[in-house]
Amino acid sequence: MSARAIRTWAWIAMIAIGLVAPYLVYPVFAMNVLCLALFASAFNLLLGYAGLLSFGHAAFLGAAAYVTGWALRDAGLPTELGVLAGTAVATALGAVFGALAIRRSGIYFAMITLGFAQLVYFLVVQMPWTGGEDGLQGIPRGKALGLIPLDRPYTAYYFVFVGFLAGFWLLHRTIRSPFGHVLRAIRENEPRALSLGYDVSRYKLLAFVLSAALSGLAGSLKAVVLQFASLSDVHWHRSGEVVLMTLLGGMGTVLGPSVGALVVLTLENQLADLGSWVTVITGAVFVASVISFRRGIVGEVRDMVRRSFIGGQVS
Amino acid sequence: MAQALAGQLLVGLINGSFYALLSLGLAIIFGLLNVVNFAHGAQYMMGAFAAWMGLTYLGISYWWALLLAPAAVGLLGVAVERLLLRRLYGLDNLYGLLLTFGLALVAEGLFHQAYGNSGNPYPVPELLRGGVRLGFMFLPLYRIWVVVVAIAVCGASWFVIERTALGAYLRAGTENPKLLQAFGVNVPLMFTITYGFGVALAAFAGVMAAPVYQVQPLMGSSIIIVVFAVVVIGGMGSILGSIVTGLGLGLVEGLTKYLYPEASSVVVFVVMAIVLLVRPAGLFGRER
Repeated sequence: MSARAIRTWAWIAMIAIGLVAPYLVYPVFAMNVLCLALFASAFNLLLGYAGLLSFGHAAFLGAAAYVTGWALRDAGLPTELGVLAGTAVATALGAVFGALAIRRSGIYFAMITLGFAQLVYFLVVQMPWTGGEDGLQGIPRGKALGLIPLDRPYTAYYFVFVGFLAGFWLLHRTIRSPFGHVLRAIRENEPRALSLGYDVSRYKLLAFVLSAALSGLAGSLKAVVLQFASLSDVHWHRSGEVVLMTLLGGMGTVLGPSVGALVVLTLENQLADLGSWVTVITGAVFVASVISFRRGIVGEVRDMVRRSFIGGQVS
Repeated sequence: MAQALAGQLLVGLINGSFYALLSLGLAIIFGLLNVVNFAHGAQYMMGAFAAWMGLTYLGISYWWALLLAPAAVGLLGVAVERLLLRRLYGLDNLYGLLLTFGLALVAEGLFHQAYGNSGNPYPVPELLRGGVRLGFMFLPLYRIWVVVVAIAVCGASWFVIERTALGAYLRAGTENPKLLQAFGVNVPLMFTITYGFGVALAAFAGVMAAPVYQVQPLMGSSIIIVVFAVVVIGGMGSILGSIVTGLGLGLVEGLTKYLYPEASSVVVFVVMAIVLLVRPAGLFGRER
């Protein structure tokens, strides 16, 4: 089987699983997984392909969720416009934070993005329209295209699924485009990419903005279907969680972050009654993956598949 | 009015002392091991808890806690370096950051599970109770003590690193660990000791903080994010830079609390943005 065929089958399998998922598991859980899978995939564009570790991606997810929630509940906008507004705000934030953060590299980049996310967190806590500790609750789902009411969980699920597929497809295209290859070149050897004449800063910024925009889309969709936006969406725990999803699923793989999101959310769901032990276990999984599982689930599987189908050539 | 301003500036100076102590420890660890110790905040929290638990369960006084808590948490740090961090040298340094982040979550979760969210008060030691009346304000003795000790510890660290043989090894290891090892210095042992020392410094700051702030599981994560911003602003290049930036930002925070209290929690991050615009490498930094 060629690499291309494997990819086609992976797409078919993913769409098939996505279509039947709400009948197999609790639809609200499935929607949450889709939103965070898109979030992690967007995050992976930066970490896995451009080699930039952002520790503040919750800012984009959370800000978009709040803006969409406000637009739908308090401004009375139609659903699509609300989602668009949230995504636009996340994109703008991404442009500002990205432009500043890419002035430093490596671990400083992580610390800067963490700082900016904390800034957003405090703003959300203090601003009058965000509901403080309570967050925004009772956000109306509205109607898709002004016609189809999204009240029923199954319609809402397919609404999110379409959004997820659109975002995921865009990321997939980006990764496989010349632009994506330049990002990888920057990750592997920044001075060389620079000396080949690539405007490294512009590439990094564009990747950052795109990642922020799609994280925003994920946040907006989340606010629509779960019908609330809360402080936990802007908290640094959320930023850490998306790093874990990506690491565990396999950074630098297309499917990894989605698999990671599914695993992490299932784990959190199963352990929900254990209180703070969830944090302890999350931390322990973090440590274990860093020490002995750095390629992640999809990374390991990919290498296994390549060895058995294509013979050798493990990159 | 002047009283309120002076009060806020004093609080700022106290916070700044902790920023300075914590960013110093981060800088020492990062300098040699090339690891951003995300667990620094958790280790600071554990230092405070060690002091509080010592007093509550065993009746260990503040003065002994000042010695024993850093030793205990530092030993834990030694174990972490030996068992975990050591496996990541030579890899991209983001893995060190992620590992210590995981450890911070574990520590925070464990203490949260055991002690909940509420703060535990720690009494100011008898010797340092009371204060000085300055006419325009009342200056608690313990606060003076914190500032003086923080500056003294930073000064002592500067002396050890810049003026002693041990410090010379440390600086040589920061420059080029392989070459230093070729000269017969036990570099892996130095890594262990350095990490242990940096962690002990965080725990020491935690004990100092116990009587000022409430001892609670989340005290570390809230301060460490600010300390990271301090590190971005000042750069991890120099010890003097850590002290000046730490104290300076504490004062800026205090001033903001007086002028426009709503902005006091975000002012450090705004300063960080401005510094990135004007001087991307940080005030005292050289890009590594």
